[in-house]
Amino acid sequence: MEFNLKIWRQKNAKAKGHFETYHISGIEEDASFLEMLDILNEQLIREGSDPVAVERGCQSSGPVSFDHDCREGICGACSLYIDGRAHGPDDHVTTCQLFMRHFKNGATITVEPWRSAAFPVIKDLVVDRGAFDKILQAGGFISVRTGSAQDANNILIPHDKAEESMDAAACVGCGACVATCKNGSAMLFVAARVSSLALLPQGRPEAKRRAKAMVAKMDELGFGNCTNTRACELECPKGISVAHIARLNREFLSAKFSD
Amino acid sequence: MSDTKLISKIPEGPLEQKWSKRKSEIHLVSPNNKRKLEIIVVGTGLGGASAAASLGELGYNVKIFCISDSPRRAHSIAAQGGINAAKNYQNDNDSVYRLFYDTIKGGDYRSREANVYRLAEVSAAIIDQCVAQGIPFAREYGGYLANRSFGGVQVSRTFYARGQTGQQLLLGAYASLNKEIANGSVKSYPRHEMLDLVVVNGEAKGIIARNLVTGQLERFGAHAVVIATGGYGNTYFLSTNAMNSNGSAAMQCYRKGAFFANPCFAQIHPTCIPVHGDQQCKLTLMSESLRNDGRIWVPKKLEDVKRLRNHEVKASQIPEEDRDYYLERRYPAFGNLVPRDVASRAAKERCDAGFGVNETGKAVFLDFSDAIKRLGHQRVAERYGNLFEMYEKITASSPWEEPMMIYPAIHYTMGGIWVDYDLQTTIPGLYAIGEANFSDHGGNRLGASALMQGLADGYFVLPITIGDYLSHKFAEPKTDVSVKEFTQAEKAVQARIDRLFAIKGTVPVDVIHKKLGNIMWEYVGMARDAEGLKKAIKEIKELKEYFYENVYVPGSQFEFNQELEKALRLEDFFEIGMLMAYDALNRNESCGGHFRIESQTEEGEAKRDDANYMYVAAWEYKGEGTEPELHKEPLDYQFIEVKTRNYKD
Repeated sequence: MEFNLKIWRQKNAKAKGHFETYHISGIEEDASFLEMLDILNEQLIREGSDPVAVERGCQSSGPVSFDHDCREGICGACSLYIDGRAHGPDDHVTTCQLFMRHFKNGATITVEPWRSAAFPVIKDLVVDRGAFDKILQAGGFISVRTGSAQDANNILIPHDKAEESMDAAACVGCGACVATCKNGSAMLFVAARVSSLALLPQGRPEAKRRAKAMVAKMDELGFGNCTNTRACELECPKGISVAHIARLNREFLSAKFSD
Repeated sequence: MSDTKLISKIPEGPLEQKWSKRKSEIHLVSPNNKRKLEIIVVGTGLGGASAAASLGELGYNVKIFCISDSPRRAHSIAAQGGINAAKNYQNDNDSVYRLFYDTIKGGDYRSREANVYRLAEVSAAIIDQCVAQGIPFAREYGGYLANRSFGGVQVSRTFYARGQTGQQLLLGAYASLNKEIANGSVKSYPRHEMLDLVVVNGEAKGIIARNLVTGQLERFGAHAVVIATGGYGNTYFLSTNAMNSNGSAAMQCYRKGAFFANPCFAQIHPTCIPVHGDQQCKLTLMSESLRNDGRIWVPKKLEDVKRLRNHEVKASQIPEEDRDYYLERRYPAFGNLVPRDVASRAAKERCDAGFGVNETGKAVFLDFSDAIKRLGHQRVAERYGNLFEMYEKITASSPWEEPMMIYPAIHYTMGGIWVDYDLQTTIPGLYAIGEANFSDHGGNRLGASALMQGLADGYFVLPITIGDYLSHKFAEPKTDVSVKEFTQAEKAVQARIDRLFAIKGTVPVDVIHKKLGNIMWEYVGMARDAEGLKKAIKEIKELKEYFYENVYVPGSQFEFNQELEKALRLEDFFEIGMLMAYDALNRNESCGGHFRIESQTEEGEAKRDDANYMYVAAWEYKGEGTEPELHKEPLDYQFIEVKTRNYKD
């Protein structure tokens, strides 16, 4: 297969970015999207190292930087906005699980980084998602010391509650929800953590403090407000439901009322 | 006689009292003195995150480093199946002793009794800790924790959170880490890569790291350094490891004097999705649990193989009598449930004989048609539905209609930095935990035990044992990073980087890494012999020379530069590859994941040689281009009887 790739290039956080277009051919339809980018990078590295190509006016900005790691949909590192959709045209996958057979041969594919004020671009398609860590540091934990836990079966959790908690805990922290939201809100991300812990008895003692602290930190870091468009749920690679946002709102309001 | 440089510090006394005894001997550090002490933890997977969080809770000042944008991306996150613990919640007569015994036996009698017993002993507390952190483990309808069984054992002791157990355990450790970061006891350095260990007066005192965003080299000092950077499976280029997993931190420690143990023990997992062409860079694991109901086969006739490869016939059209269920044929007692190493070698044997079922000749079938007939669609879907879906996403072929195609791939490395009972390396003040050390899995790791070991080391072992060393250090001032050892280390790293940019060749790093992978897979893969291993050493040396003449590293140091990161890691992969080959050459026995063609029975089964090789091979670095020196730590089994593994009857 062959494609025209229109890719966002940006040298660093301060530089102005622009699109560059590359042609790539000989791609197997079973190749993943990131493997296709690996092949493009090999091509760009070879061009950049070729003095003849450089002399002929090859103006490549070098290989394209993009975050990736596990390549099996669980680490949450990959973060590409492809043809206007977070993680591309396939549903409920991360970019690393997107395969070229989902594209039409000869298509022009536009690739951008996550766009959000809270996720500044580091280089090309790589953004800084440190804000997510900061939100979790504000309260996304249970304050238990190593060694102080009671026997695990002393805490009984009904099967369905554990499953519901797990649904929320499946969040991989990729940031697709923020990139998709027209307001750049991190509500689905925050809700996933708050809800997962709020559903469990272990999470109750700190539930109020947690909901307030995480929401306050999210606001402070420049994420937008939630206006219930539900776009985040649609693009979440793990299919995390906006029902968790409803639970976050309940937790938050009840915490505020008890102030 | 034990090597004088390898003092394992195994406590005297009965097995079940060793850990208690050691704990009672360890000196304590008072809370006011803990505040004066600094610890560097490199790596944020299960081992690193749990250790850093626990050390922070104790009151130490911790700095934690990871190469990703967040500690949560560490590759522990990808572990699917579960975590073992000797809880005996199923009343199936499980015990600490049984978990200990299964792990030693599964490791083919090449791990330390005392370490493995301690691992089993603390396993139950891990589950308690994780539940308290809010990890949503699978539950029974009564609200109690659920268990499942895993390969190589006869009890149900595996705890799980769907197929995402590693993710949930890591998010638990990461949450505890976040709690300590918020507290101010841990400072986090994401997108920082350790590039050298700094040793002052024979003791580990800090690291040189590259800020991966700015490209600056930075110096960090401490009273002790903990390496928790995982395994070195990516030496093979293609593996189930994450793309950025690497063995560089371990190699830096090795070059600074830490011994490296049993490098040749690498685990090859039998059920991975086969390589689909030369554009691939990563292999995906399909859970071991599939072998409970799937039947593995290849055609009996070579003409059927040819027709399959030409797409003239589908697997499902090949009649029953023309199929060779080779595991059931060779190992009637265990059939498709033989251990990972045995299943992997058998697949290779059939493919080498020309029976591989895909275009590359490197695939066998894993067939569920009998299971679907026997159990019905719904029950198969309950057990494996998500795995079938994942397989179909990747391959565009449905396991409901046609058998899966699978092939073995590198998955985990049992070898690692040599550590004593306290998890301290041969360099005082330097510790290694989790997959980065060697101590618990011997020649082969059992399923669901990697998570257990990472968390055992990080939550319950290291935070205690490191106190013994630090109890003598609290009077020492903070490490001064302007001393000559730091300056020299930084200069050496700078020289390495300058050298790479100066080559100005034409070949991308990955192209050369692929070549290394081919050499490793061919000669240091599933079947090894002396001739091939010598060839591997020679070819790796040549490839290294080729690299230093032809690699092209684009861009510059002082920017986000993924090609530079890869080039630096590949330099270390050459070193590890060579070390693996030396170790494999020395160990002329077949043991666990290490199969020497010269050491097999008449039926072609692995033949262990306890008389000559019942030891840990610990290698000492002797300078670039020089053969490393072998030190032996004899393995003395006092508490269990050493037996031969048999899966035939």
